[in-house]
Amino acid sequence: MSEPIAYTVTIYTENNIGLLNRISAIFQRRHINIESINSSVSEIENVSKWTIVVKLQEDQMKKIIGQIEKQVEVIKAYFHTEDETIYQESCLFKIKSNFLFDEREQIETIIKDNNARIVTVNREFFVIEKSGRREELEILYRELSVFGIMQFTRSGRIAVTKDEMKISKMLEAFQH
Amino acid sequence: MKDTQTLEKDQTTTASTIRISGSEAIIRCLIAEGVDILYGYPGGAIMPVYDELYKFRDQIHHVLTRHEQGATHAAQGYARISGKVGVAMATSGPGATNLITGIADAQIDSTPMVCITGQVASHLLGSDAFQETDIIGISTPVTKWNQQITKASQIPEMIAKAFYIARSGRPGPVLIDITKDAQFEQFDFSYEKCKGVRSYNPVPKTDIDDVKAAALLINSAKKPLIVWGQGIILSEAEEELKALMEKAGIPAAWTILGASAIPTAHPLNIGMVGMHGNYAPNVLTNECDVLIAIGMRFDDRVTGNLATYAKQAKVIHFEIDPAEIDKNVKTDVAVLGDAKESLKQLLPLIKTNSHPEWHQEFKDLYTIEYEKVIKDDLYPTKEGLTMGEVLKEINICTKGNAAIVSDVGQHQMIACRYAEFTTTKSNITSGGLGTMGFALPAAIGAKMSAPERDVVAIIGDGGYQMTIQELGTIFQQKVPVKIVVLNNEFLGMVRQWQQLFFEKRYASTEMTNPDFVAIAKGYYIDAQKVTKREDLKAAVEEMMACEGPYFLEVRVEKEGNVFPMIPTGASVSEIRLE
Repeated sequence: MSEPIAYTVTIYTENNIGLLNRISAIFQRRHINIESINSSVSEIENVSKWTIVVKLQEDQMKKIIGQIEKQVEVIKAYFHTEDETIYQESCLFKIKSNFLFDEREQIETIIKDNNARIVTVNREFFVIEKSGRREELEILYRELSVFGIMQFTRSGRIAVTKDEMKISKMLEAFQH
Repeated sequence: MKDTQTLEKDQTTTASTIRISGSEAIIRCLIAEGVDILYGYPGGAIMPVYDELYKFRDQIHHVLTRHEQGATHAAQGYARISGKVGVAMATSGPGATNLITGIADAQIDSTPMVCITGQVASHLLGSDAFQETDIIGISTPVTKWNQQITKASQIPEMIAKAFYIARSGRPGPVLIDITKDAQFEQFDFSYEKCKGVRSYNPVPKTDIDDVKAAALLINSAKKPLIVWGQGIILSEAEEELKALMEKAGIPAAWTILGASAIPTAHPLNIGMVGMHGNYAPNVLTNECDVLIAIGMRFDDRVTGNLATYAKQAKVIHFEIDPAEIDKNVKTDVAVLGDAKESLKQLLPLIKTNSHPEWHQEFKDLYTIEYEKVIKDDLYPTKEGLTMGEVLKEINICTKGNAAIVSDVGQHQMIACRYAEFTTTKSNITSGGLGTMGFALPAAIGAKMSAPERDVVAIIGDGGYQMTIQELGTIFQQKVPVKIVVLNNEFLGMVRQWQQLFFEKRYASTEMTNPDFVAIAKGYYIDAQKVTKREDLKAAVEEMMACEGPYFLEVRVEKEGNVFPMIPTGASVSEIRLE
């Protein structure tokens, strides 16, 4: 039995109400925690793309992909290991503005070193945005936490695969 | 009954557009899909549709069940005996939630069914309105597909899609929830049957290379064993399976839902696999060299402990649902596709064979099972009546031509073990979900779907009381089903487990039962009770000769057990005979 590892699940679906329930139920009934989930438009018109991160053993992952693909409105589902994908997360930090004036140099260095950016500044607070891998976001979190983080949020993973996904061809084949 | 069985209409497309209400459109869609009978229960949010059912009552027959659960099981019985899509209808809220057990049952047993529920008006959705419930959310995990409709114009396309999805590929239940405003709304109606859904590939194409690989294994096998499931019945591959068995001389066993696909009397039909299946096919599963699984899903009640299941064998899996491949048992050759099509491609590649020594092993083990179990079940010498002898009398009286609808528990295992079948689609039971209360309403649906067949429901005293109110449906609709209650005044299967694994602590399994004969007679159904062996034959004969519905209660021994048995967690080869 292999060790559980993080897999990035990519699902192409029709854009229909209720599909989130249907997909999440497949994980829920097997008592599997979803690490992160993101749904958006895809490169194809009217087709949604989901990116889900779960930690599983490979054989369990394969079975779940089968169950996902079985859903009527799922066009295709894939799973990939981390090194088969290019992936990012995004996060926002809300911090009191006085630090920006009192500790300006230190904060500017942190932002520059971490490839982050300031999104907005006002009298009460300013907001830093950073996209990258989880570890990079965590380093920035640690460095900024000394200033007191008023609010923090991190997005689900978004990912593209190194390999081609032949969804358009599959859909074309259906038309003919 | 005859006048309600209208011929399937060939109305794939209604040529011109007509302006009608959403509710009239629903009925016209059902008629276009060939629906002649549906089962349901009216209520506030579905009333416009019932008003149309009244107007169309000479074209489509609505059967008022006594509970919405009964409607789903009746629709299942209708579907299982005919292969057609069963239809159930209910109102919103409790009407809809009462469908859930039947939907879950249809999902796990791959039964084609379309359920239509009324819903509160769309402007009330999410407001906790009277009889509002999120039936789409609730039914999602137990439906093949579901959809809410809030505009009349969506009705034709969605109902067409519902029937297509329910019946195609691996069949299953679909639920369509229609808001009341959509039922009232007028729109320009036309109907076209669904021919495909782009994200859905119901039948994977059989790959000839996989078929060749399967043929190679089968042709080189010394001890091949076929285990078939309901997939044979759903794809109507009975003749192809029989041809394979006979050409290659392969003994073949069945799962509970595969029963009746091949006649019981066929010499290569070696019985049932699984927890209470036959001795030989269970034991020899762990001795065969090639296991050919066709249209079955290696349920845990079939395999016992997976770690010791058929480990010595090469496994070939013929299967329509890719998600079933390697789900429970690792296969060496997976042949995806429709069973009928795959077997058709396989047959010319198969060499004639007979395997007489291998057959003898089955015969030897059958003799052991006969001496230790079957003889006492069918020809008991002790005083108490056995469930097995009741089945034997039914077999003799019906000559194996009846459809047997069983409930869940000891009597179900006995019915599946001992019922003799000559005709396919004749074993109707709740396999995967194990739904007590299934049989009585399912028998109604089966009999109405196939009025020319004898339909005998075999039910325990526990399950009978879960849907006993459907006697009202039988009475009102004059459905001539034969109801046999095997009464041991216990929830027998649970009691058996308590005896074997819980040191006879009979927690809440003993039943104090009412006068079942009086209840049947209260519904004006002919009825009698048998307590002595010498009265059994005549009672069964009287029941089968009766023109109308008939209720027969048989008092069987209180603490009879079903054997053979594979205890939970044990290997199939560790099956116990006592």
